[in-house]
Amino acid sequence: MADVKLTVNGRKIAKTVPDRTLLVTLLRDEIGLTGTHVGCDTSQCGACTVHIDGNAVKSCTVLAAQVSGAEVVTIEGLAKGDTLHPMQEAFRTHHGLQCGFCTPGMIMMGVDIVNRHPEGLDEETIRKELEGNICRCTGYHNIVKAIGAAAEEMSSGTTQMAAE
Amino acid sequence: MSAQGIGARVARKEDKRFITGAGQYTDDVYERQMSAAVFVRSPHAHAKITSVDTSAALEMPGVIDVILGQDIQDAGIGNLICGWGIQSKDGTPMKMAPYNVMDPAVVRYVGQPVAMVIAETRAEAVDAAEAVVVEYEEQPALTDFGNYAAGPVVHPGTADDNLICDWQLGDEAATDAAFAGAAHVVEMDIRNNRLIPNAMEPRSAVAHYNRAEDHTTLWTTSQNPHVARLVMSAFYNVAPEHKLRVIAPDVGGGFGSKIYIYPEEIAACYAAKRVGRPVKWTADRTEAFMTDAHGRDHITKAKMAFDADHRIVGFKVDTIANLGAYMSLFSSATPTYLYATLLSGQYNIANIYANVKLVYSHTTPVDAYRGAGRPEATYVVERMMETAARQFGLSPVELRRKNFIKDFPHQTPVLMNYDPSDFHGLMDTALKTIDFDGYPARKAESERRGMLRGIGFSSYIEACGIAPSQAVGSLGAGVGLWESAEIRVNPVGTVEVLTGTHSHGQSHETTFAQIVSDRFGVPIDNVSILHGDTDKVQFGMGTYGSRSGPVGGSAIYKALDKVEAKAKALAAHLMEADAGDIEIENGELKVAGTDKKLAWHEVCLAAYTAHNLPEGMEPGLKETSFYDPSNFTFPAGTFICEVEVDPGTGVTRIVNFVAVDDFGIIINPMVVEGQVHGGLAQGIGQALLEGCVYDDEGQLLTASYMDYAMPRADDLPSFGLDHLEIRNPSNPLGVKGCGEAGAIGAPPAVINAITDAIGTNALEMPATPERVWRAIQSTQTAMAAE
Ligand code: FES
Ligand code: FES
Repeated sequence: MADVKLTVNGRKIAKTVPDRTLLVTLLRDEIGLTGTHVGCDTSQCGACTVHIDGNAVKSCTVLAAQVSGAEVVTIEGLAKGDTLHPMQEAFRTHHGLQCGFCTPGMIMMGVDIVNRHPEGLDEETIRKELEGNICRCTGYHNIVKAIGAAAEEMSSGTTQMAAE
Repeated sequence: MSAQGIGARVARKEDKRFITGAGQYTDDVYERQMSAAVFVRSPHAHAKITSVDTSAALEMPGVIDVILGQDIQDAGIGNLICGWGIQSKDGTPMKMAPYNVMDPAVVRYVGQPVAMVIAETRAEAVDAAEAVVVEYEEQPALTDFGNYAAGPVVHPGTADDNLICDWQLGDEAATDAAFAGAAHVVEMDIRNNRLIPNAMEPRSAVAHYNRAEDHTTLWTTSQNPHVARLVMSAFYNVAPEHKLRVIAPDVGGGFGSKIYIYPEEIAACYAAKRVGRPVKWTADRTEAFMTDAHGRDHITKAKMAFDADHRIVGFKVDTIANLGAYMSLFSSATPTYLYATLLSGQYNIANIYANVKLVYSHTTPVDAYRGAGRPEATYVVERMMETAARQFGLSPVELRRKNFIKDFPHQTPVLMNYDPSDFHGLMDTALKTIDFDGYPARKAESERRGMLRGIGFSSYIEACGIAPSQAVGSLGAGVGLWESAEIRVNPVGTVEVLTGTHSHGQSHETTFAQIVSDRFGVPIDNVSILHGDTDKVQFGMGTYGSRSGPVGGSAIYKALDKVEAKAKALAAHLMEADAGDIEIENGELKVAGTDKKLAWHEVCLAAYTAHNLPEGMEPGLKETSFYDPSNFTFPAGTFICEVEVDPGTGVTRIVNFVAVDDFGIIINPMVVEGQVHGGLAQGIGQALLEGCVYDDEGQLLTASYMDYAMPRADDLPSFGLDHLEIRNPSNPLGVKGCGEAGAIGAPPAVINAITDAIGTNALEMPATPERVWRAIQSTQTAMAAE
């Protein structure tokens, strides 16, 4: 058994779980955060993407014990109360989701892509960056649009904040 | 009409929960005392089970029980059935073999369940499943289904030649006569590749048995929870309908694969009762690849006859359709009544004859997958048209235009009676949208860079809005395909709509609310849509075949008619006017030509206070409708695809893709465009990337995302869409349905474009770089030999 201490969406968590417990299993089965989904068994679909210490990580690829001490943000922790993150807003505005199953992973990855490209994003870059996230419903057209729009919104937000 | 009514591009009501992680999918259901189930599955495509030893597994930590096929059989549960009976041309019924929940004696495809392990946690169940010792006596397997008669036999005694049904449609003698008098005949061998659906949410089931009430609740990933309950009750003996509640909560995509009732959810219900605890089973992706019903898999020989003026005079099609090891729920209908009935395409063809041989093989069962039969028909028709045009030296646009149907309604020789559309108009708009006039310049530019550029067309038609009950009944369907709706208007004027359709991405919570808003002027936020629970919704046939809008939406429309009539009668009574003079506008009921009016919610409240109702009117404001369509609907469109092929590597890039559709009246353009995008991605996926591969022993070689190429963001272009909105006269909403069009129309457009670029018609799907490169080499060898 492994003792795992994490901060998840700002809340301190301490759990004792079998050594082999994956982070995604801990999030879903132990903490009840079911927004993080499991879509494959080969770490290729991205439905399980969360942020660990600010970086997008597929939570099915890491053991919970491996990331003990880390700060984890899941889809449930992205909005500030009723104020949605610009990436969430953009997915809704641009119809970047249908069944919603890939969506939490797409949104968490989308935020990460924008963070890693302060220079801005074009369509080709967004499409390349999404290679680890599969969606079967949308044909990606509107996901790409949503991430592009959120990138603009987020960067104008930063400029605004910097100017304040 | 209201700002959020029919035609409005409003954002989706359901999105809030999905973008915040608050969706509730089946695997998100956690019951107290819940146990986990994992299946032991066959590693062989064909084997006799000689023994199963569960003793070691039962000793493993956390193990509660191990269930075998015999246990389920002894409980009287099973067999699974195909619910659509068809006949061979000699009148004999299709040969449906027994389909056990878990066959205790023989396995017939890789992944077939053999035992079910129940443990405290999933990890413990996985470990214990590995400790179940199954001895198999391996047998040779049939995967080369084109040679089905050569064996080995999948179901001895039922179908000794592996032929389920030798089915036909159309007039063979008349078609042969048309060929005899034809000026040109074009022939092709066409293969429609086998696909694995891959909804992103794997199938899942949570079963809860209440001993005191002898009642089972099943949460499951279903596109049609009422059908699931009906079949599990009436045929599989799981529980009588009033003792079985089926809930399909949020479902993460279906594409057909979640229509069927599978062995796992039946076993879960049995297990929950047996162990006395709730049981959860969720497929991992490998199980999804092995056990979700696959799609397509046709081998076809087709020939088309033309007169001297290049008008089609006859069309003859011979198809072998692989149904896999067992007949899945609607497997007989997909390659027959959903396929051959669409072989007329958008064209005036006087004589059509189709023969379809449905065969068994030692592979996963095959059933309807997005488009179901219609993509296969469209692929045959549209590849023939392009190939014929090339052989005649005509432009593919011209050949199509020569043969387009212009007058409606149009009766084809293969059962369908087309409602109005405008095939020339769709072609015109598609040509304009892709800037067809600029194509030669674009091609020249590609050539300057050493790239091969090609353009390909696809003018599809499909039959959806499935379906008129009497018509499908006469063709063998075991159910009626009407839909029901219930409208509950609350005393404060908010509205609840209960529908028997199911949304697993289709946006019903928004578009159905728009239909209500359109009628009464209430904001869509004041309308909630309930679906997916047999305890809440009276009944319904679910969602597939692009039926939710045309059939489910029309049921809502009809129920709204009744609500409107009652509300108007009450308003007229309250305002001492004639019901015929009441108009509903901006959420108010007005007496025409006066300034008398009542707000919508005032009338609703009056219906419930019942202090002052007209003579004989019952209190309340709640109405129900069961709507049975009078015809299929016929969405149609023209897709044009432009590709660039690198002759050095065979890599194809789609540089331009245009889809122009006629879906009838559009309720929410944003949602419709999203449906088209998704369908196109699946169609392009079939054309370029996806292919299910079995080896000669029946091993599934494509059982993970490392081996089965799913379309990813950088495989696809952005799409150029447009539409014509030609009202459908057969339903009150005027809608035609849009869910499958992209998957139906895209594959031939892509392949026609590639074959145009590389200069040969011989190319199979998926057109991988290797295949394209080899095809290019073959044209060069051919040229060198000349
Ligand atoms: S579940 Fe983690 S990548 Fe698919
Ligand atoms: S929205 Fe369904 S998988 Fe992406």
